[in-house]
Amino acid sequence: MTGDADLFPGPDRDEAERILGRYPQEHRQSAVLPLLDLAQRRHGGWLPAAVVDAVGDYLGMPSMRVRELVTFYSMFHDRPVGRYLVQVCRTTPCWLRGSDEVLAAARQELGIAPGETTPDGDFTLIEVECLGACADAPVVQINDDFHERLDGGQMRAWIHAHRGPKEG
Amino acid sequence: MRDADRVFPNLDGTADPGLDAARRRGDWDDTRALVRRGREAIQGTIRDSGLRGRGGAGFSTGLKWSFMPKEPAPGRPHYLIVNADESEPGTCKDREILRHEPHKLIEGTLLAGVGISAHTAYIYVRGEFEAERRCLEAAIAECYAAGLLGPDACESGHDFDIHVHRGAGAYICGEETGLIESLEGKKGFPRLKPPFPASAGLWGYPTTVNNVETIAAVPAILRRGAPWFGGIGRPQNTGTKLFCLSGHVERPCTVEAEMGIPLRELIEECGGGVRGGWDNLLAVIPGGSSTKVLPASACDNLQMDFDGLREAGSALGTAGVIVMDRTTDIVAAIARLSHFYWHESCGQCTPCREGTGWVSRIMDRFVAGEAAPSDLDTLESVCAQIEGHTICALGDAAAWPVQGLLAHFRDELEQRVAGSSRFLAA
Repeated sequence: MTGDADLFPGPDRDEAERILGRYPQEHRQSAVLPLLDLAQRRHGGWLPAAVVDAVGDYLGMPSMRVRELVTFYSMFHDRPVGRYLVQVCRTTPCWLRGSDEVLAAARQELGIAPGETTPDGDFTLIEVECLGACADAPVVQINDDFHERLDGGQMRAWIHAHRGPKEG
Repeated sequence: MRDADRVFPNLDGTADPGLDAARRRGDWDDTRALVRRGREAIQGTIRDSGLRGRGGAGFSTGLKWSFMPKEPAPGRPHYLIVNADESEPGTCKDREILRHEPHKLIEGTLLAGVGISAHTAYIYVRGEFEAERRCLEAAIAECYAAGLLGPDACESGHDFDIHVHRGAGAYICGEETGLIESLEGKKGFPRLKPPFPASAGLWGYPTTVNNVETIAAVPAILRRGAPWFGGIGRPQNTGTKLFCLSGHVERPCTVEAEMGIPLRELIEECGGGVRGGWDNLLAVIPGGSSTKVLPASACDNLQMDFDGLREAGSALGTAGVIVMDRTTDIVAAIARLSHFYWHESCGQCTPCREGTGWVSRIMDRFVAGEAAPSDLDTLESVCAQIEGHTICALGDAAAWPVQGLLAHFRDELEQRVAGSSRFLAA
């Protein structure tokens, strides 16, 4: 990883500049979370250490100050994740409405336990804490999208529909 | 409540959230005149309305604003931060404002900014709310294009910018100083207070942090007047409020109701009733996960406002109402919350970092029916050692659900002690 051009190529460079423009010049570090997010989106949904360090260089931050953010904030991943990140909410309001059944369906259909990725690299399954959509429980977040009021059958059907050859 | 008193007519999202439709609902109607009332008048109206913060703590909004310096000192700008890091279990009201009524929030942000002499606001949206963030940013773009934001906003003479900042997944960033740290590009470790944000907040400058629902109510209060808002509910508990109904109700939903609405009316009229009927009610967590659980016996005449719930031994919190019917394993329901706080403890203060793990592990033993007789005392003792011994309120919030369980469902826990003949694992 050398230089900003590699870190944020093409249109991402404009996006990175737009993000930086929200904060006073002397407080560039405030852009670190949105920039890590941008970098993660461009690197297959996770943050290799070299990318994290490059974000630090871009902002003039010591690499340890950036690496500690990657472990502190739950939306950053320091290991590869699948093309689809299936996040099943486990907190009480979702649990009261059947999140156990949704999780069991996902486990069975994918053949993996929470924290694991399918061998083809398509799906990573994790349990997460409250997603903030409790009136629409149970909720599963898959990549950016919330899937609400799911039951086990709908969870299975979604996985089934998204299996198979990669697009493009 | 009367339909005319509704602050959020499009809460359910049946109408368009965009600028034209929002204008038809009364948003951005001569905002220029409201801005030109100036800081003192705006603060005065909000103070007189009795509006209390909707993010959980219920502090007087007008009073909070009055802690800001009168005018910015040279080189020391004022900042407004809107807390849209909604993540208290049971709470999903700000989300509805972000995606269905974003213009109420944006107009309120401008007016609140004038109320504290700020020219810049950041809206900190929890990272998982990607769709909601897009709705909000689209609405902000509409406002810039229409001259409602930016230099000379609404032709009022007041320059005002709003930036959206995305979080990245951490409940602790809903705590106002944790949020400020996060916005500065750091881990969301809450700060010791004092200094309070009004004197040293974002980048060390005077800052006010307010919840989404609080700010979104500001335009309606300024238009209709403090007596209107103050006339809804009862003194110290004024206005309308968003309530989130989750768990075992027939129709989970987020609704706007008059402050002080009886719990039973709220559940039956807005949520379609408890699953299996009112007599099937076991318990309610009335104000988000951090508030103490109340047994059904306390729910018959429960007034849903700050004072009513305090008198009942709980709190209004965020008004996230988690309803549990008689099929619920109440120990498991609270254990899930203990796990939540363990996961979300930022790790800065030892009593919380270590204590939430202790509480969660002990609670899991009770769930499994493997608790030792001494675990009840240990649980009580650990909670007491967390509560009041941490920088921020997360520690208290982790202790309260368990303390509520101990107060009202102690025999449920006693049955889960290993070897108890009364416990039959499901």
